[in-house]
Amino acid sequence: MASEMLPDEEYEVQDLLLNVGPQHPSTHGVFRMVMTVDGELVKDVVPYIGYLHRGAEKLCETMDYRQGIGFMDRTEYLAGHNAELSYVMAVEKLAGLEVPERAQWIRMILCELNRLSSHFMFMGAFGIDVGVFGTPFIYAWREREAIIDLFEEISGDRMMYAYFRPGGLAWDVPTNFVQRVKEVLVSSKTGIKDFDGLLTDNEIFRARTQGIGYISAEDAIDYGMSGPSLRGSGVPMDVRKDEPYLYYDQIKFEVPVGKNGDVFDRYICRLEEMRQSVSIIEQCLEHLQPGPIMPERMPRMLRTPPGEVYVRTEAPRGEYGVYLVSKGGNRPYRLKVRSACLSNLQPLKQMSVGQYVADAIIVLGSIDIVLSEVDR
Amino acid sequence: MNTHFIFWDINVWADGALRLLMITGLMTVVAMGLIYLERKVLARFHQRVGPQRTGPLGLLQSVADALKLVGKEDLRPTNADPWTFELAPYLVFIPIFLGFVVIPFVADWQVRVLDLGILYFVAASSLTIVGWVAAGWGSDNRYAMIGGLRSAAQAISYELPLVLSLLSVGIVAGTLNLNEMVQGQSAVPNIVWQPMAFFIFFIAALAELNRTPFDIPVGESEVVGGPFVEYSGIRWSMFFLGEYAGMFIMSILAGAVFLGGYEWPFGGELGRGWQVVLVGVKSSIFIFLVFWVRASMPRLRIDQLMGYAWKVLVPLSLVQVLLNGAVLVYGGPKIILTVTGLAGIVFLFWITDRAVSKPRVRPANPAMQTEAAS
Repeated sequence: MASEMLPDEEYEVQDLLLNVGPQHPSTHGVFRMVMTVDGELVKDVVPYIGYLHRGAEKLCETMDYRQGIGFMDRTEYLAGHNAELSYVMAVEKLAGLEVPERAQWIRMILCELNRLSSHFMFMGAFGIDVGVFGTPFIYAWREREAIIDLFEEISGDRMMYAYFRPGGLAWDVPTNFVQRVKEVLVSSKTGIKDFDGLLTDNEIFRARTQGIGYISAEDAIDYGMSGPSLRGSGVPMDVRKDEPYLYYDQIKFEVPVGKNGDVFDRYICRLEEMRQSVSIIEQCLEHLQPGPIMPERMPRMLRTPPGEVYVRTEAPRGEYGVYLVSKGGNRPYRLKVRSACLSNLQPLKQMSVGQYVADAIIVLGSIDIVLSEVDR
Repeated sequence: MNTHFIFWDINVWADGALRLLMITGLMTVVAMGLIYLERKVLARFHQRVGPQRTGPLGLLQSVADALKLVGKEDLRPTNADPWTFELAPYLVFIPIFLGFVVIPFVADWQVRVLDLGILYFVAASSLTIVGWVAAGWGSDNRYAMIGGLRSAAQAISYELPLVLSLLSVGIVAGTLNLNEMVQGQSAVPNIVWQPMAFFIFFIAALAELNRTPFDIPVGESEVVGGPFVEYSGIRWSMFFLGEYAGMFIMSILAGAVFLGGYEWPFGGELGRGWQVVLVGVKSSIFIFLVFWVRASMPRLRIDQLMGYAWKVLVPLSLVQVLLNGAVLVYGGPKIILTVTGLAGIVFLFWITDRAVSKPRVRPANPAMQTEAAS
């Protein structure tokens, strides 16, 4: 270490404080971490969050249930459908609404498509983090673009969909929906295959990611991690399997888990999960039948009885939970979003201390944070 | 004392100055062309179209960029060391420029023929590192400093395999004079005798040029441009120009040393025009390989980079030098060099693959954690 080489009485030796973010290309938004580095080794990491805090939960308390949907999109802008799903399911559970079958299947398809688009985003951004000049990013962007275009055709918006409603959907999907989804799946399958060649089988990529950012299964559970970041450590925890919602119990799919709990395993879990999502969507399309998309009798103004409810779903980044307290009336008394990213971010220090500066960057990339979900 | 300059005889010093002036122009134009070419080639790899709005096919993109950069304000951070900060771009640019002195573009056209041409080239071009470290230190920026120190470590490591691979070719060719070396390849290019040396040269040249996968000093996603992070306008463009001029000179050198430069292995006298085409094609192959690697490879980590140089490339190139000496001294057939060189490439692939096939779990250092927690 450098401190042992210099005489103490003449020089005061300090470790270097390196401020990464909030304006840094690899912090995936406005995240800031202050690293204490000794040469190239990271000795300490202090994360700072809150740059994107907009008080979405508090704002929802001032609006009726339907107006809150839009805010859920904005808490998780890369997987808006999944975020909306938790919220509308919580409202439905509280209000005791029965959702028609067709609406449920369409919700499942859209959520899985959104998982695909979100994971494509991860693949591209992670490629840039490990230092490829744009190629995986552009390839991922191409596939994501196809999915986003489909969402635009359905909901009218590319990121902030506000398409789910308590009780069902805002309107029915276009008539060519099934055909369009199949087209998108074809391009997504090629995209997933591309990533095997671009990243998975690349020697340098493996050398960079294997054995880096290790976290044990016990520690990951203790920190409250979820989603692919947890499954990378070998814990087969998936809300879709453990507490099936929608019709996930009627669908056959596997939960890919990693073995080593390193950056590479978290990456490969996501890649496998994308293959599973494609198969889930294909099965869902077979079940899709014409029918109503909203319950026959819906009140003009949705009111809920007093009570509290917690609903969790498996969003691309992990367990996205919504805790809703109602004291009657048409707006929530308290809304709390259980953010997967916030919990996944906790072991950042444990995973990066003792590694190189370049590793700390890819460790942050491998837990795939969305800052708007962390800060809300 | 007079010397022959293209068509007429002039003073030696005037001749040198004129030739250097021509080189400066050539270097600038080629660097701008390479920037355009890289953007177009990378765009094809990305399934994009690249620049197309500035001039026909976007050909004036580099000119537009240069005009924009010249027009920008020349900023200097308040706490930066004025002399170090402002001189650093020249310290990067001038050594590359000096390297052009010995480069044989076509037969009997270079600035000067030196008997120790390769030695001169290596000595001159490795001085760029002073500029990189100066830029990193003088910027008063922590990213810049980390980048500057990284580039120093990298240059020290990869200078050795680069020099050793050039030396092993020098042993086979029996000269360090670049012109004689090129003329010696009129029958068979050196790459046939020294395939592994070419491979090592290519890897080391990537590292010397700070290109992917060795762009660690400028690592965009880690140190945000490294030593250049505080530079803007014309000073920044000097670095950029230096980088592409370095790539150009390295590609011409690779062409001259390994691929036969302006010589043509199938006999017949070539005119000057054809020699230019030949040199252009040979260096384009090298440049395209560099672009290709950039489009598809992630960045190595600093310890992997140094480990690869010291544990793999330096021993292998030393073995190559020893083998060349042994074959030449004891008079073995030259085909031994080809066979062993190819075997060496296979070994290089195997050892690289082996290094990454087993996941090595490196848990965080517990001593450091307690230190950090306290």
